[in-house]
Amino acid sequence: MLKRLLLVILLCAPWAAGAEQAVSDASASAPAVALKSNPLVHEYKLDNGLKLVVKEDHRAPVVVSQVWYKVGSSYEPTGVTGISHVLEHMMFKGTAKLKPNEFSRIVAANGGKENAFTGRDYTAYYQQLEKSRLAVSFELEADRMRNLTLPNEEFLKEVQVVMEERRLRTEDDPQALTYEHFNGVAFLSSPYRQPVIGWMDDLENLRIEDLQQWYKTWYAPNNATVVVVGDVDPDDVLKLAQKYFGALKPSEIIPPKPRREIEQRGMRRLTVKAPAELPYLLMGYQAPVLTSVPADNAWEPYALEVLAGVLSGGDSARLAKHLVREAQIAAGAGAGYSLYARLPDLFMVEGTPAQGHSVTELEQALRAQIKRLQDEPVSDAELKRIKAQVVAGEIYERDSMFAQAMQIGMLETVGLDWRLIDTYVERIGAVTAAQVQQVARKYLTDDRLTLAVLDPLPIDPGKKPRAPGDALGGHNVR
Amino acid sequence: MYAKIFSLFLFILLLPVAAQAAPPIAHWQTANGARVYFIETKQLPMVDVQVAFDAGSARDGDKPGVALLTSSLLTDGAQTADGELNADQIAERFADRGAQFGAGADREMATVSLRSLTDPVLLQPAVDTMAAVLARPTFPQSGFERERKRMLIGLQAQEQSPGDVADKTFFAALYGNHPYATQPLGNTENLNELTRADVATHHARYYVARNAVIAIVGALSRQQAEALAEAVVGKLPEGEPPAPLPKVDNPEAARVVALVRPSAQTHVLMGIPGMTRDDPDYFPLLVGNHILGGSGLVSRLSDEVREKRGLSYSVYSYFQPMRVRGPFTLGLQTQNGKTVQALQVLRETLQRFVASGPTEQELDDAKRNITGGFALRIDSNAKLVDYLGVIGFYKLPLDFLDTYPARVENVTLEQIKDAFKRRVNPEQMITVIVGGGADHFTGEKS
Repeated sequence: MLKRLLLVILLCAPWAAGAEQAVSDASASAPAVALKSNPLVHEYKLDNGLKLVVKEDHRAPVVVSQVWYKVGSSYEPTGVTGISHVLEHMMFKGTAKLKPNEFSRIVAANGGKENAFTGRDYTAYYQQLEKSRLAVSFELEADRMRNLTLPNEEFLKEVQVVMEERRLRTEDDPQALTYEHFNGVAFLSSPYRQPVIGWMDDLENLRIEDLQQWYKTWYAPNNATVVVVGDVDPDDVLKLAQKYFGALKPSEIIPPKPRREIEQRGMRRLTVKAPAELPYLLMGYQAPVLTSVPADNAWEPYALEVLAGVLSGGDSARLAKHLVREAQIAAGAGAGYSLYARLPDLFMVEGTPAQGHSVTELEQALRAQIKRLQDEPVSDAELKRIKAQVVAGEIYERDSMFAQAMQIGMLETVGLDWRLIDTYVERIGAVTAAQVQQVARKYLTDDRLTLAVLDPLPIDPGKKPRAPGDALGGHNVR
Repeated sequence: MYAKIFSLFLFILLLPVAAQAAPPIAHWQTANGARVYFIETKQLPMVDVQVAFDAGSARDGDKPGVALLTSSLLTDGAQTADGELNADQIAERFADRGAQFGAGADREMATVSLRSLTDPVLLQPAVDTMAAVLARPTFPQSGFERERKRMLIGLQAQEQSPGDVADKTFFAALYGNHPYATQPLGNTENLNELTRADVATHHARYYVARNAVIAIVGALSRQQAEALAEAVVGKLPEGEPPAPLPKVDNPEAARVVALVRPSAQTHVLMGIPGMTRDDPDYFPLLVGNHILGGSGLVSRLSDEVREKRGLSYSVYSYFQPMRVRGPFTLGLQTQNGKTVQALQVLRETLQRFVASGPTEQELDDAKRNITGGFALRIDSNAKLVDYLGVIGFYKLPLDFLDTYPARVENVTLEQIKDAFKRRVNPEQMITVIVGGGADHFTGEKS
């Protein structure tokens, strides 16, 4: 129903360690373990720099084809936030050979499903097709990689569509609005402070010339990875790729400036007031990711993943057990971290107070859980449980060709090697209780914390406004 | 400049997609009368099990919310041969073995699902726990109070989403006194009156074998699947299926319901009762709607509202086929100041479609999209188990998937025009408008 979804990556990823390791480059973060090749995955590089990764999956006569570009909201200078995502929309608006929207009509007439998504570190396009139609995808994607026309009259309409998307996803969703403000405070110098969809004011001032420049800067074969997963022969896919993408000219790609996050000096708090019924609490600790840790510390992001699982890996995890069921302080609570990001990120914790409990009580309860992780090692039973879930999860994920392609594309695009996927289970398996405690002590500290509270304003226009700070005090939710 | 078309596209369009047979479905009944549907897929060492009961909120009766509350309390405590399990132990029994368990209820059905590896050491305990949760839940009072409060919070969360408010209001306006009118979350007043006994009563009446449909997809033999089905539901009493739901009448007249909210956008939903799962007009309405608003960016609605005018990010129409007539819905969201214009485009596009039907070209394109992409609909265990659940719950023929492409292919222009004229009267629409732009419509009756 929703087209061109935008991956907001709500609860996820990590950020930079303290000053001692914040200088490590993405390229310096090669893991120490030798990476084995999965025999079903084949990697190629065309002469023009285009990378092609093909994974065979012969369970059904279908194929998914994704084109990943190394560009997203974290590449954007201030003033043009959201431009990567607007350009993603414009990629459907015609080339020298195709009328606006004709791309979608051709995919549809071939029985295909298609869409695109933009994140902080990537812009990606995909088609899912019956396997004999892969050439349709390649021909169309190769065409719009270099030959987009960007008609101004189409842009003027499409930027309105994007503003509607922003209203839908952010302006009218008090939790999303809180998350947007939160990012602006949790990150000061890192571009992760910018919303993927862009600030409304920037969208209003975007011009077609900005998009032309952005397209010219980033859309080239040597800045793209094509990922194909499905019932295909890798040699045939390579031949097809050479036929359609091979002739495209490369560009000179200048990588973005590092824009490293400065060292945080103390806890940050903010309040977001918006029409809402329920208060909401968001906490983020600056945390490293795989691309930002030195090789010696490559285990840390995996330990943070385990830690997130201990807190919120389903109904058996600590937040559901202790905060939702036992103390009944939270109506819902979660933790999130992703080790795959281009830049240092956040370890996130969030929750909604239960009836009769305040945001303050919820904050205390969540921080008590963090403290417990620092004070005592997690139990063997918990560690085993997380590992069992990861082992099974790896099999379950193979049920979806799309998810397999996503993993490969995302790793490549944030500057990691897709072979890391195959070491994930092993890496998680190697995490010890002492390591979980160690990362909790090192990264989940007050000085690395940003904390946002959604303070609800009345929705019903007839109702009196709440007393200021109501949601922050010890009062009932309602 | 646009006149050239890639030669390859034409070439490819001429090639038919190879006929894609759906995998064979095995069907039988357990000893106590539950209907089982099974597809064997060998490639991955995993299995999906889904049990559906005709026990959704349409069975709430005068206790709105009881179906969902019952479903969310299943995992709060259960009696097993070895004694009683509490919520923590139940959760751990699944998670310790990497199994994923879920329970939920919508208007039509209550569903529990299990995904597990097929290694018997992992699978068997998960299956035993699932069986206990289904047949012998204890519904502890403390859990009851907690989940009821969480549903009240859920009701509040709805109120801060104009889209959720529109959806709830739309069903209420469309269905009047019919059981589909109320939502699974119920309402504050009724939730406050529910008791633990209401939950136990709902469970005892509806979670019975002859009201259960089991779908299994995975790397099991037929024999293993039979044993699994017996293990999952064997302890349920036979019971009996509930009486059919009352039939759905069309609203007597068009109506506009407008709710002002302090939002940046206004949500518009428009529709009437649509079709049943076994509707004789199922395929003409399905293919026709694909053209009108069911095919994403290339639908007529998307073209008129989004591509030509930039009025909405998401605009669509769909039939939601249910046991009795589910809704036919058209929807969009637009900035408050454009509400009048967007609604007008929505209405005119529908009127034109019902009056004149699609073109030959549109019909060909829709058929190519649906049949050409058919393989994508059944390319994973997750999708197969969902289809099996639908086939079982609605008692569709076992060859439903096999005949699906041909039945789409056989739809004619005349059938679509005729079906829409009979079934979709643009003058009878219920329209719900929620948001800052609703103030133009407060007081509008038709």
